[in-house]
Amino acid sequence: MFIPDVVVDLPFILGSILLLGVIIYAVTGGADFGGGIWDLLARGPRAREQKQEIARAIGPIWEANHVWLIFAIVLTFTCFPPVFAAIGTALYVPLVLVLVGIVLRGAAFVFRAYAADVIPAQRAWGHTFAVASAATPFLLGLCAGAVASGDIRVIDSKVTSGYFSPWLAPFPIAIGLLALISCAYLAAVYLCVETTGELQDDFRKRALGAGVAFATIGTISLPLMWRGAPEVWDGMWERDGWLLIPVAIVTGLATMYAVWTRRFRIARIVAIVEVAVLLVGWALAQYPYLIVPDLTYGNAAASDAMLNVALV
Amino acid sequence: MGDLMAARTQMATSLGFHIIFAAIGMGLPLLMVIAEGIHLRTGNPVYLALAKRWSKAFAILFAVGAVSGTVISFELGLLWPRFMEYAGGIIGMPFSLEGFAFFVEAIFLGIYLYGWNRLSPRAHWLSGIPVAIAGACSGIFVVAANAWMNSPAGFDVVNGEVQNVDPVAAMFNSAWPQQALHMWIAAYTATTFGIAGLYAWGMLRGRRDAYHLSAIKIALSVGMVVSILQAVSGDISAKWVAENQPAKFAAMEGLFETTDNAGLAIGGWPDPETGELKYAVHIPRALSFLAHGNFTEEVTGLNDIPVDERPEPRVVHPAFQLMVGIGVTLIVVSTWFWLVAWRKRAIVPNRWQLIALVALTPAGFIAIEAGWVVTEVGRQPWIIQDIMRTEDAVTEVPGQFAAFGGFTLLFMILAVATIWLLRLVASEPPMLDVPSERRHTDVHS
Ligand code: HDD
Ligand code: HEM
Ligand code: HEM
Repeated sequence: MFIPDVVVDLPFILGSILLLGVIIYAVTGGADFGGGIWDLLARGPRAREQKQEIARAIGPIWEANHVWLIFAIVLTFTCFPPVFAAIGTALYVPLVLVLVGIVLRGAAFVFRAYAADVIPAQRAWGHTFAVASAATPFLLGLCAGAVASGDIRVIDSKVTSGYFSPWLAPFPIAIGLLALISCAYLAAVYLCVETTGELQDDFRKRALGAGVAFATIGTISLPLMWRGAPEVWDGMWERDGWLLIPVAIVTGLATMYAVWTRRFRIARIVAIVEVAVLLVGWALAQYPYLIVPDLTYGNAAASDAMLNVALV
Repeated sequence: MGDLMAARTQMATSLGFHIIFAAIGMGLPLLMVIAEGIHLRTGNPVYLALAKRWSKAFAILFAVGAVSGTVISFELGLLWPRFMEYAGGIIGMPFSLEGFAFFVEAIFLGIYLYGWNRLSPRAHWLSGIPVAIAGACSGIFVVAANAWMNSPAGFDVVNGEVQNVDPVAAMFNSAWPQQALHMWIAAYTATTFGIAGLYAWGMLRGRRDAYHLSAIKIALSVGMVVSILQAVSGDISAKWVAENQPAKFAAMEGLFETTDNAGLAIGGWPDPETGELKYAVHIPRALSFLAHGNFTEEVTGLNDIPVDERPEPRVVHPAFQLMVGIGVTLIVVSTWFWLVAWRKRAIVPNRWQLIALVALTPAGFIAIEAGWVVTEVGRQPWIIQDIMRTEDAVTEVPGQFAAFGGFTLLFMILAVATIWLLRLVASEPPMLDVPSERRHTDVHS
């Protein structure tokens, strides 16, 4: 049955909270990134309006969503310090680039808004904003893929697998693309809710396109996972994680249907569920590993005293 | 530059950048709340205009503070994986609490910024108070993590393994009270003198109006009080350091020989080759008193510290002198300002006072940077005092120099862009409720 063989103990509970933080970041911060991606891809007669609408939608919350990223980081280094250390070492290069992306994106967004009367400056910041928005989720996905791949080796708390090979592989790259597209997908669905008229039609088309792309890349990444992340692949079958695949397919189709029939509010909810389901399925398949194959909930957790405090 | 040095410099650059915005994040909301409070009581529109202007600038600074803070939290793992592996599970609590404080701050700041015309004046003012409190709490919490590096507590080391972790005891380590107090006050000191200097500049350029004068009045009322408290709390800090980190204290004072009846050295350049402090002025016995509270007690010198555990006095001593020098100057200038005002029974700062204030605009921030150099460099070679050496904590990823260069560039871009934005905000006319024709003529004045 669908109660997998997990041990519900303190590390597991905190791991679940961590997962919750990641999910919230994915569906909120992810949409922010997605907004930037559509800014980059703004085309057609209403390109200007599209950009303005995106800026308006992101405006009031532009940095608040990063709180979830910080939340996840703090929770990781408090509760699973070796994981933080290993990720910081093995994924040094992509994470530095993520940082560059986050800084430039945040800065560019505000500066573009304030630079309204200085056209060249506004253009330059606009491009920076858009490119950084696309690159950052891709890199984050890349890191997630590498964590699952089993290619990051940690022996005696030293990373022995080098600084490049774990993430420069087909599977992490596929996951990076998947992350990128899921951001675009979420953003397009949300933007449909926020807009009306022709602008809404534009974003509806984009949502449908992104949905198809999302499904395609998702499908492609399955065989890559079989080869590129064997532990997780096996875990998926052993712990009934595969059951979440049909759920994801159903919610995915439901989202598309809702977008097609212009029930955008429903589409938004179902899309969030879809992304959450995928992430839960992943975590389940990866259990008990935090970093496959050397760090687990058991051997990477901080002391119970710390975990109890973190829980409060 | 070796990888260790590059990593240290990168950490210092990032923190040194972040701390400026963090200090403003703690200090500016207080001034905002005071200004709006005065407006509530007196109905004077000038104070409302000030509060509005400051809240606008604060929104920008807050965002930059959050972005640079995000960078630091990554860097802790990227640059110091061994340190975080060791310490993360012990000092997580203050970081979690900081996250919580930030949450509160962000929510109320949102209410404050978007509520100018939507809330009743009183409710709006009240919504500013949590911003000020939560801002201060962020800083106070996170300093606990740094204080722990100076006085590690809340765990036992058994056979080289960390055991019996007690996160609460780790957070309430013995260095925290002084450091948090001193930093908390420093944020107000730096912000108030920064504001006073900016508006003094406006007055020097001929805008001697109620708007500028009121800003200076608020800033220097708070400023004089906190600058005095700053010295008092600095003295408490110094006594703690003398007791608990004698090597750091010796480096701060440039003291090589252990001496009783020790004299206080002012200025001077420590030379580790010869073990002398050159060109300094000495005040007899004062150091013994400042360190231990009586005029005779022995003060440990660097020569009694093992060679490989000595911090670099050529950095620590000048940095310490700079901080204390600035602290004293700020007290003198703000006292002078109020004395003159008291004698003349009116606040009409003269030209020299304005020039002094303008010159001191960045002083508080410089003192903050210097103070952190004292704390951090003075702790070397330890990253965790007596437990872990910095060289053992650094990442093994090579090429740190390139990363350092890249990040420095990034911060520079951010800094330039921030300043440019703030100038845009500053160049708008005050948001006073005046007839619209007047506003337009004011725009480019
Ligand atoms: C506006 C800024 C400012 C000003 C005017 C002063 N300080 Fe300070 N000082 C700081 C800002 C600061 C700081 C940046 O906030 C530090 C760094 C670490 C800390 O806890 O506070 C600090 C550290 C620091 C330390 C080291 C504490 C440690 O390593 O744990 C000592 C002994 C003093 N200070 C003493 C003083 C004295 C005697 C001052 C006389 C006026 C003074 N400070 C003015
Ligand atoms: C919670 C607060 C802080 C933590 C956890 C922290 C941590 C660290 C770490 C891990 C290092 C590298 C190791 C070392 O050289 O000791 C470092 C270095 C440094 N930090 Fe801090 N720091 C904190 C606050 C600050 C702040 C606010 C500043 C502000 C300027 C600062 C200034 C420096 C400097 C100058 C160095 C380099 C010291 C050197 O040359 O060796 N630190 N800090
Ligand atoms: C190792 C050192 C530090 C880390 C990791 C760090 C981390 C952060 C992070 C991540 C944020 C963004 C808020 C969030 O999303 O939670 C932030 C903001 C802030 N930090 Fe730091 N910080 C450090 C040092 C300091 C120090 C030494 C102070 C002050 C004394 C400080 C005061 C603040 C304040 C006041 C804010 C709120 C932003 C604002 O009001 O402008 N931080 N910090």
